[in-house]
Amino acid sequence: MSTSTTPAPPGTQDQPPARAAPRRGRRTPARTGWRRALRRDWQLYSLAILPLLFFLVFRYLPMIGNVIAFRRFEPGGSIFGEEWVGLRYVQMFLNDPTFWQVFRNTLWIGGLTLLFCFPVPIVLALLLNEVRRRSLKRFVQSVSYLPHFLSIVIVAGITMQMLASDGPVNHLLGWFGHEPVRFIQEPEWFRTIYVGSEIWQTAGWGTILYLAALTTIDEDLYEAARIDGANRWQQIWHVTLPGIRPTMVTLLILNIGTFMAVGFEKVLLLYNPLTYPTADVISTYVYRAGVESNSFSYAAAIGLFEAVIGLVLITSANQLSRRTVGTSLW
Amino acid sequence: MVKPSRSYRVFQGVNGVVLTLVVLVTLYPFATILARSFSGERQIRAGEVALLPKGFNLTTYKIVFQDAMFWRNYGNTVLYTVVATAVAMVLTTCYAYVLSKKQLKGRGVLVGIAVFTMFFTGGLIPNYILVTSLGLKNSVWAIALPNAISVFNLLVMKAFFENLPTELEEAAQIDGLSTYGVLLRIVLPLSKAVVATMVLFYSVSFWNSWFSAFLYMDRTDLMPVTVYLRNLIQGATGGGNAGAGTEQLSQVGANIQSVTIVLTALPILCVYPFVQRYFVSGVMLGAVKG
Repeated sequence: MSTSTTPAPPGTQDQPPARAAPRRGRRTPARTGWRRALRRDWQLYSLAILPLLFFLVFRYLPMIGNVIAFRRFEPGGSIFGEEWVGLRYVQMFLNDPTFWQVFRNTLWIGGLTLLFCFPVPIVLALLLNEVRRRSLKRFVQSVSYLPHFLSIVIVAGITMQMLASDGPVNHLLGWFGHEPVRFIQEPEWFRTIYVGSEIWQTAGWGTILYLAALTTIDEDLYEAARIDGANRWQQIWHVTLPGIRPTMVTLLILNIGTFMAVGFEKVLLLYNPLTYPTADVISTYVYRAGVESNSFSYAAAIGLFEAVIGLVLITSANQLSRRTVGTSLW
Repeated sequence: MVKPSRSYRVFQGVNGVVLTLVVLVTLYPFATILARSFSGERQIRAGEVALLPKGFNLTTYKIVFQDAMFWRNYGNTVLYTVVATAVAMVLTTCYAYVLSKKQLKGRGVLVGIAVFTMFFTGGLIPNYILVTSLGLKNSVWAIALPNAISVFNLLVMKAFFENLPTELEEAAQIDGLSTYGVLLRIVLPLSKAVVATMVLFYSVSFWNSWFSAFLYMDRTDLMPVTVYLRNLIQGATGGGNAGAGTEQLSQVGANIQSVTIVLTALPILCVYPFVQRYFVSGVMLGAVKG
């Protein structure tokens, strides 16, 4: 109001036409668009401030904090380290025999988990799908979800109690005249124990998405298959499995993405120095090197290596599935 | 319906047997732990306890109940769960509401900022250094703040908000409510279902968590009960450092562990029958919309 009546200083009046041409073309609409959006929705934007601060501080700052893998870090100093040391810590872990041992263990445990824990929910979902009595189906489902709701500490505790030298498993072995096995202390048993308890804990929960996918398959397809003379197995093979393929692929990509980050907390709870030869994985080694031995930069270098492999794995799995099956996460 | 063939009936039979086995294998460990918690130490050592308690007694429960540290840690778990869930709900609700406004400029960027963190994270060491240098150690904020938003939960909530009728909000806005007012007085009352589900998701995960407390709490009296249990387990297997207050207990052995497992799992087992269907629907919503 007042601005319209105030005569503009001579200098400023000339300038706008000179700049206006390029501006109006590209930048002005965007800028006034933002200004208008901010004026209209500032209350909405203000709601996003605290969450954005959270992401910035607790998610993105640690990502940048990974530079300490290339800088010397001193406890109490800057969280980004004191001075550049280049690839010194990378070279250190590449020459570290323990690193290669934990690397192999990670591949082993990750591979076995993928091999056994990925298909079990699919099979379980197919079996549940064949159950006619709804009450029975719901009961089996409720029971099989249960372990998922327990703390990993409880799962580890139960696993150890079951496998203790006075536990039920050894009790059973005793019936066959077998000597008690000290499962928790034997390196050769660790992978079996890990994968076994993982299946126990996750199999039921993993069926949820498959069961949801199964309900979306068109009944007419089964009808058509039956008319074509397909028996039950052929129906499963030609109708059911293709029907849940997108779900399978999506979950497989996600599984591959977390392949390297094998159940860190569970390993930490189940292993002990006696089982390190097979149980120690990259993330537990990072934890011990960093938090317990204070070699932060060294541990961060290994952790970064792990994260990068994870990222590469998930992007390539995604690419591959987009090319071959036509389903992808993004 | 088509009359079931003979092979199909056989299949149904086999299927029933397999699923019964699944149920038994899932439940058996629980039964054993429960039996052990009521059994005598000597009977457990002899490997006699399987499905039913042998040498029934409540001594172990008494020992655990009389341990002040156990109650202290149990109380900590309740406190941490409540505080962390409250923080998580406020932040998640705010961001989910913002993201649900399709016409909002820059919305794609805001979504991207959140989703990218699902695929790449800073890793243990930078996080540890950050939390330590922010001075959050030995406080509940070390547990609550770094886990304040789960992107999965965020996407579930966003999907729910997007499905609310926009007319109601517009009408309220015309009647003079601010955005905050619309969120508090219109949107949240309409979203009780999703809010309840998210509170469940967060509180169960905070109740179950142990690692952040294990990392950032130096004092035994600040530990949650999950770390108490962890120290008990590690102490008993000779794997490492039992917590100071639990050393004596870990000598006592298997039935102490069983009792602690039972007591730690109890709240979850009690609410489980009522909450699991919310979890299932929440996961499906997240999967479909996410």
